[in-house]
Amino acid sequence: MAAIVGYGAYVPKYRIKAEEIARMWGKEPSSITSGLNVFEKSVPSIDEDTATISVEAARRAVKSSKIDAKEIGAIYVGSESHPYAVKPTATIVAEAIEATPDMTAADYEFACKAGTAGMQNCIALVETGMIKYGMAIGADVAQAAPGDALEYAAAAGGAAFIIGKEGIARINATVSFTTDTPDFWRREGQPYPGHGERFTGEPAYFRHVMGAAKMLMEKMGTSPSDYDYAVFHQPNGKFPLRVAKKLGFEKKQVEDGLLCPIIGNTYSGSTMLGLAAVLDVAKPGQRILAVSYGSGAGSDAFDITVEDAIEGYPRQGIRKMLEEKVYVDYATYMKFRREFK
Amino acid sequence: MMGVARYWREIPVRYNLIGKKCGVCGKVYFPPRNICPTCRRKSIGKMEDYKLSGKGIVETYTIIHTPPPEFDGKAPYAVAIIKMEEGCHLTAQIVDCPLDEIHVGMKVEACLRRIQEDGKRGAIYYGYKFKKAED
Amino acid sequence: MREVAVIGIGMTEFGELWNRSFRDLVAEAGMHAILDAGIEGDEIDAMYIGGMSSGRFIGQEHVGSLAVEVAGLEDLHIPSIRVEAACASGGVAMHQGYLAVASGMYDIVVVGGAEKMTDVVGAEATNILASAADREWESFFGATFPGLYAMMARYHMKKYGTTPEQLASVAVKNHYNGSLNPKAQFKRRISIEDVLRSPMVAEPLHLLDCSPITDGAAATILAPLDIAKKYTDKIVKIRASALATDTLSLHGRKSFDSVPAAYHAAQRAYKMADLQPKDIDLAEVHDCFTIAEIMAIEDLGFFERGEGGKATEEGRTAIDGEIPINTSGGLKSKGHPVGATGVAQINEIVMQLRGEAGERQVKDARIGLTHNVGGSGGTAVVHILEVI
Repeated sequence: MAAIVGYGAYVPKYRIKAEEIARMWGKEPSSITSGLNVFEKSVPSIDEDTATISVEAARRAVKSSKIDAKEIGAIYVGSESHPYAVKPTATIVAEAIEATPDMTAADYEFACKAGTAGMQNCIALVETGMIKYGMAIGADVAQAAPGDALEYAAAAGGAAFIIGKEGIARINATVSFTTDTPDFWRREGQPYPGHGERFTGEPAYFRHVMGAAKMLMEKMGTSPSDYDYAVFHQPNGKFPLRVAKKLGFEKKQVEDGLLCPIIGNTYSGSTMLGLAAVLDVAKPGQRILAVSYGSGAGSDAFDITVEDAIEGYPRQGIRKMLEEKVYVDYATYMKFRREFK
Repeated sequence: MMGVARYWREIPVRYNLIGKKCGVCGKVYFPPRNICPTCRRKSIGKMEDYKLSGKGIVETYTIIHTPPPEFDGKAPYAVAIIKMEEGCHLTAQIVDCPLDEIHVGMKVEACLRRIQEDGKRGAIYYGYKFKKAED
Repeated sequence: MREVAVIGIGMTEFGELWNRSFRDLVAEAGMHAILDAGIEGDEIDAMYIGGMSSGRFIGQEHVGSLAVEVAGLEDLHIPSIRVEAACASGGVAMHQGYLAVASGMYDIVVVGGAEKMTDVVGAEATNILASAADREWESFFGATFPGLYAMMARYHMKKYGTTPEQLASVAVKNHYNGSLNPKAQFKRRISIEDVLRSPMVAEPLHLLDCSPITDGAAATILAPLDIAKKYTDKIVKIRASALATDTLSLHGRKSFDSVPAAYHAAQRAYKMADLQPKDIDLAEVHDCFTIAEIMAIEDLGFFERGEGGKATEEGRTAIDGEIPINTSGGLKSKGHPVGATGVAQINEIVMQLRGEAGERQVKDARIGLTHNVGGSGGTAVVHILEVI
């Protein structure tokens, strides 16, 4: 199958602590942090949005892959916070990396898994020979109503993956598990999403993530112990650890890709940033299971083997990037989110 | 309210810092110029697109406290004249840097950010801003 | 070329003139100038009206025709031309009027300048003024007009050690002078502390480092020198009218701590008048911001580069100083109705040279200079006048 040629990640440098948000709404901070396993989340600056985050990630991916962006034949940007309701983010990215005009592009929306859906599309286009390289981006500046439980985790960030025939990691297989399950949504014209509260757990996240993971392992004839790393979508810091345990993965397989506790849920960026963080440290021959989750609902699972080429790849060091941070208070957070109308 | 064409035609320049290089004397101009002020008529038809590296240093700067309407709610923000590696100067915002840490001589590099938007219903305009250079 | 004289001046009060329209202002300034010159309307051969942006301030273009109608001169069907060069519109209108008379084309020419700025809200006025800068490559990115001068101030301070107190001393002096000018917008005297305590507009410039938003109009009547004698005994001759340009954008210039166009306009004017900076008795300079006056007195050669701040602080540019600068109060205190400013500067110099400046009169003033700048320095106009 196709391979990951390169990747780039970007998370805005601003953070707000869960305790600062809790202070605002009179909540006990420790009940939030221990309940969600999210201690702080990334905050986009006032001039950042899904397009600028996508561009930053895409530029980093192109630069480290050392490919000519003109050879990218498809760009898909998955997000639930595209700056326009109608008008693609992907064209902004395409222009900003100078990949235009001999290419195709589109925006995807499937809650938090729209980025991995883009990866699957790129794999298919590469496999069929329609394109040489495809770029899939998952990025969000996640919305949350002030005071809603989502506010502690809804974060900003994104990752771009370039897919081609040969690369730094082989994609052995990908499967999806999809049903119609309305656990989380945002209606047309509404600024904030709504959700089914505890319904978002068992029938939604756990059923789909586990369904996709099991399907993939069955198809590949593998078991959790065959993987060096596992990345699961991270709506909070707890779910991915619990789903790992349920599937029979150990904590150490999940840790390297678990970013939610320190940056929050980057929605479409979540699984892809986790996978990027794993590729930052993975060695040739190691195997990765990555499973996204998008409300509504579906999961895309990927079985990946790291190739020798990763040794020469200039890895970005996502965790190091995340150390460069500036804390903001709630008022600044609201200003940056352009919440003052 | 301006038509979008005015912004659209500058997209390559504002996203990717595509300036002009005089095919006669080799001097690089950004923002792009139609005619090289040194070579003048000799440069006609010889001004070639030239992509800047995106790296420069702050020559002088200000912190804007009273913004025009398009930048309502954004102040205070920093605006600088930046001398690019290629020798030309441009005006741009400095972002992601505490305002009191910005200084003359600071090394900066370009990034893509939202510059302004045409009200709530109009188009969003992106372009270059600068942040502290990583190296 | 014929020699040209100013035979009449007139201007409105400057300020927030809520109850007066653009037409009212044009009419009043023009009428005063005509009465001052003692001419009849049908002697007028042409009019040049400086205005920066009536189109955006009041949604009215076609100011040449408007001025003819306001003056009641439509039956003469004379040429009436609107001139635009941002904040230098008035100065450029003077230059055009001067050329028209000097060339022999016209004899009696009215040069006016007017701006009605308070019919838009403050933020919109800021935006309109920003159109004097490069909209595509400066304003688009969030640079404001004060911001551009602030960047020049920062550069000047870094290079020469100019201090915030020295910048403030320009405002203090000009407010003092303005307190002696009945037509000034601000007649309130201020202190260095007042300036430094006022809110930041664009660092390092405080609110009191900036000229205000002003309504106002000014006019002059020009005539060939030989005809001028027919109308007045106190003839003020235009010894030089020089204009220079530079890039529209500040970042495109060779210098950020001076206004090269002003330097070149001054050099041309001195050459044309066969005079040197030391021959000038007083000057009205374009102090749209305090740093602008410091750069102006350096560009004009009154002081060495980098010495302007210190000189101002030491009082050398006060009314009783060695080279009085902005006796009218300047743009800072008298007010800055952009299109009118260049013409109002001529008004002040003519008053001083005629000995009609009252409390702010400079003793034995014989030769005066005006310095009018458009934008951040894309256009500059220098006039030298002498009473004969």
